[in-house]
Amino acid sequence: MATTSRIVRRRSPVKRALLYLVVVIVCLIFVFPIFWMVTTAFKTRAQAFSWPPLFVWEPTLRNFIDIFIKRQTEIEAITGWELELATGAEIFFYNSIIVTFGSIALALIIGTLAAYSFSRYRPTGTDTLMFFILSTRMLPAIVVAIPIYFFYKALGLYSTHIGLILLYTMFNLPFAVWMMKSFFDEIPKDIEQAAMVDGTTPIKIFYKIALPQVLVGLAATVGFLIINVWNEFLFALLLTERSVRTVPVAIASTRGEVGINWGLIAALETLYVLPAIILIFLLQKYLLRGMTFGTVRGV
Amino acid sequence: MPSRSEKLFPIFLIIPALAVVFFLVIFPLVWALGLSFYKYNVLRGGEPIFVGLANYIRLLGSEFIWERFVTTAEFVVAAVALEFILGFALAFLFHQEFTGRRLAITLVTMPLLVAPIAAGIFFKYIYDATFGIFTYLIWALTGVQVNMTKDYAMLAVVLLDAWQWTPFMMLFILAGLEAVPKHLLESAEIDRLSWFDKFRVVIWPTIRPLVMLALLFRTMDAFRTFDTVFALTEGGPGTQTELISITLYRIAFKYFRTGEACALAFIVLVIVILLTNLYLRMARRVTE
Repeated sequence: MATTSRIVRRRSPVKRALLYLVVVIVCLIFVFPIFWMVTTAFKTRAQAFSWPPLFVWEPTLRNFIDIFIKRQTEIEAITGWELELATGAEIFFYNSIIVTFGSIALALIIGTLAAYSFSRYRPTGTDTLMFFILSTRMLPAIVVAIPIYFFYKALGLYSTHIGLILLYTMFNLPFAVWMMKSFFDEIPKDIEQAAMVDGTTPIKIFYKIALPQVLVGLAATVGFLIINVWNEFLFALLLTERSVRTVPVAIASTRGEVGINWGLIAALETLYVLPAIILIFLLQKYLLRGMTFGTVRGV
Repeated sequence: MPSRSEKLFPIFLIIPALAVVFFLVIFPLVWALGLSFYKYNVLRGGEPIFVGLANYIRLLGSEFIWERFVTTAEFVVAAVALEFILGFALAFLFHQEFTGRRLAITLVTMPLLVAPIAAGIFFKYIYDATFGIFTYLIWALTGVQVNMTKDYAMLAVVLLDAWQWTPFMMLFILAGLEAVPKHLLESAEIDRLSWFDKFRVVIWPTIRPLVMLALLFRTMDAFRTFDTVFALTEGGPGTQTELISITLYRIAFKYFRTGEACALAFIVLVIVILLTNLYLRMARRVTE
């Protein structure tokens, strides 16, 4: 969207300075918790517990090593919880990555096909189906989680990668369909119509002509699907046991514990949160669009 | 005349999507609806006993459940109102032209991508009464050492939600502001309209649909909030921050009163459907 209406005005130096001051304060407020998490990751247990909180200290990399390599202390052996964290992080990351990419591949393929059909052929009932698919996303996760939990136990899908992948495919499908349809809707239909007149098969038109034109949209959609799955917690908590647990579940397993080694948690969270945050620089343009299922085009 | 297979092609394309929705949404939901009329505890096992509407009657007659809905409503109203006010202010701030504007917007929107469970756990450290940075800053400013998650639990939860979701509100309103036609603003300047009139006559009509959409989106999501509160307070102290989603989780997966959990899930579902319908109507109006 063209930024036509932004207020461009010559300001006095004082007003200018004031504006920057406000902007810096606002940015600080929103970035600070993330900044604090990243810095805490470089603190030892004692440093993380210090009062007043330390702003200057000698950074340590031990936390980042510890979450992957077991190095048990006496206290950790008694409380038990850190044992789980410190020994298992690579497994949790492996699970998160497998589940994220598996489900995204599925949701993207299934969603793009449906989106293309909805955008180009508009089969009878398109509007109803589109809104129906969207409404599944509005369900509180826990409502679906209860029956799914029992089905998965009965079908042997409980605590398997496949089970979680299928569930996340469902979870992401509305996003994939709505986002991709909004991108298909934007490209002109002329070339496809010409090809159709020439007798090109519909399948060929889809992947040779339409698909290449929405590659950017496809990439943006992938970004949002990644974030959806990467950050999901409740399903992962309910439907997995230790060997299939994802990182959010591992992070949450520290709930309610006293004397948590915050540096260790912060290191785990930092490694987990940073990839998602880096994505924001690539997705900035599509942020609003992604979060409204393609209904709002955004700034 | 398209061949038979060409006519069926669009249908083939949507079959996988419909299959996923059927097996992973509709089928489980129907099953859960059925179970909501039974008394069934998965831990005790045994055959489910048909009890008709007893689960629903007990839940809707329970003072505890009503209190949970009130708590949820308090949380939703407080969080969404705060996000709305701050989002508006931020949108006007970032609507100005200045160097580094893009970067500033990117920085402010970062919390949107943080896993809510990670944010919840980490805010516990930030709020900690004996060494948290938040406690320290408040102490440095006022000399009072607060215990946020104990004495001001609801505020703690609302602030966390506002930190994460104010940027979302801001993006919507900013998109609205950017779409206000420049010539209208200019004629408002020429007519020497007051700031308030300019807002009322020129700006508000353009941004209104987006503002409504943002409010509904946030209301629905806030209503479903689970991860952050679960991590930060677990609904406590007592039941001060126990949202309905947490109650649902407890009944279903702590006490394993499955039939009752399904019934509560459907009560929640009906409320969400009402909110969703409102949203879909708005969304249609915005896209048209």
